[in-house]
Amino acid sequence: MYKLEVQDLHKRYGSHEVLKGVSLAAKAGDVISIIGSSGSGKSTFLRCINLLEQPHGGKILLNGEELKLVANKEGALKAADPKQLQRMRSRLSMVFQHFNLWAHMTALENIIEAPVHVLGVPKKEAIEKAEHYLNKVGVAHRKGAYPAHMSGGEQQRVAIARALAMEPEVMLFDEPTSALDPELVGEVLKVMQDLAQEGRTMVVVTHEMGFAREVSNQLVFLHKGVVEERGCPKEVLVNPQSDRLKQFLSGSLK
Amino acid sequence: MIFDFSPIWENIHLYLGGILITLKLLAISLTFGLAAAIPLGLMRVSKQPLVNAIAWLYTYVIRGTPMLVQLFLIYYGLAQFAAVRESMLWPYLSNATFCACLAFAINTSAYSAEILAGSLKSIPHGEIEAAKAMGMSRAKLYRRILLPSALRRALPQYSNEVIMMLHTTSLASIVTLVDITGAAKTINSQFYLAFEAYITAGAIYLCLTFVLVRLFKLAERRWLAYLAPRKA
Repeated sequence: MYKLEVQDLHKRYGSHEVLKGVSLAAKAGDVISIIGSSGSGKSTFLRCINLLEQPHGGKILLNGEELKLVANKEGALKAADPKQLQRMRSRLSMVFQHFNLWAHMTALENIIEAPVHVLGVPKKEAIEKAEHYLNKVGVAHRKGAYPAHMSGGEQQRVAIARALAMEPEVMLFDEPTSALDPELVGEVLKVMQDLAQEGRTMVVVTHEMGFAREVSNQLVFLHKGVVEERGCPKEVLVNPQSDRLKQFLSGSLK
Repeated sequence: MIFDFSPIWENIHLYLGGILITLKLLAISLTFGLAAAIPLGLMRVSKQPLVNAIAWLYTYVIRGTPMLVQLFLIYYGLAQFAAVRESMLWPYLSNATFCACLAFAINTSAYSAEILAGSLKSIPHGEIEAAKAMGMSRAKLYRRILLPSALRRALPQYSNEVIMMLHTTSLASIVTLVDITGAAKTINSQFYLAFEAYITAGAIYLCLTFVLVRLFKLAERRWLAYLAPRKA
């Protein structure tokens, strides 16, 4: 059974169609990299999975449970049952390009917030878990620091610990290294690589071809809202079939 | 020019009583004003046009008319209506302290609501998305993320509002209350020492303002530490 299944997702802004039927299926332990040039719809696709953006068509299933959707007046889909959406979101934690840590909370407070107030984990237990994950991502020494007082790499690692503390079924990464200085990218990628090796199920929108090639086991190349090519990253990247992907790789492959 | 402060010293108890009245008026109006400002501020950022419009109209009318006019309307104006005089609220509405507190609370609630709405709008959208993505309900999002963050961000502006309210309470002296200004007024009418009486009142307000400013600085250090520059 698939952990996460997205079927035939459509999304438009006004009359401009940004996703023209994109599907994806992740089994437990899969690491799927989504690549594509800017404007290809890759971030929009990821954000539709937890309904931060409203798709106009398609199905989203987590562990076989379908997210019930209803159309609003403009035809955009929203959750029929907010409770179901909240429950599914809490099983799908997301890591953002700009970290999106809560500025008024320390690193530790950021991490225990949702486990305590969404999942109902006792505070003491949540703190122990938060310290465990802070340790794991290598920022335990910054647990009392506020986001504004941390480097970008530290903030993103705290954000990853925050996502991990939810013990999610699937982790969604939305260009997690794009806002970082080049020398800080490595520390975040290393953490993500460790997570992949642990067998976590991850969907990663990324520009890091090295990560896509070495860490993920599935690659999806999006172009203008359509999947142009998909498959095993090593094969697809070494031997691209479509002209679009060849063009994209000639511009970005390091 | 010769100053005569001895009547002031002999009647210092008037000022001390006045300080208590001023602080009481300030505390009561700020407490109720802030309690009303939180729902009003939330209404001001609501996407529901009607909800938003009600709060907008309230803050517009209150901020658009002078405090003194509002106080006169409540204290003198309402008494004109027989229905008010015969109502259960009359014992309260005929009481100057109650009317002053009511007028001040209404006034500060409108200003504070706008401050809060402004600071709710200034919360980065990403923080709201993160809360949603974690599965928070709307109620939790407001209670756990938006309000705590907005109330903190509002502190510097709110400290201004509190200081303005301290000075605004001096209007209570016009509706017979003996606050700090009321004490000065009483002394002036007994001894014809306007300068000495009012300069003393002014000095007391200055001291109270100083204390308030210090308190807010402490509060900002405690609750706005995350906006402060990183310590070495």
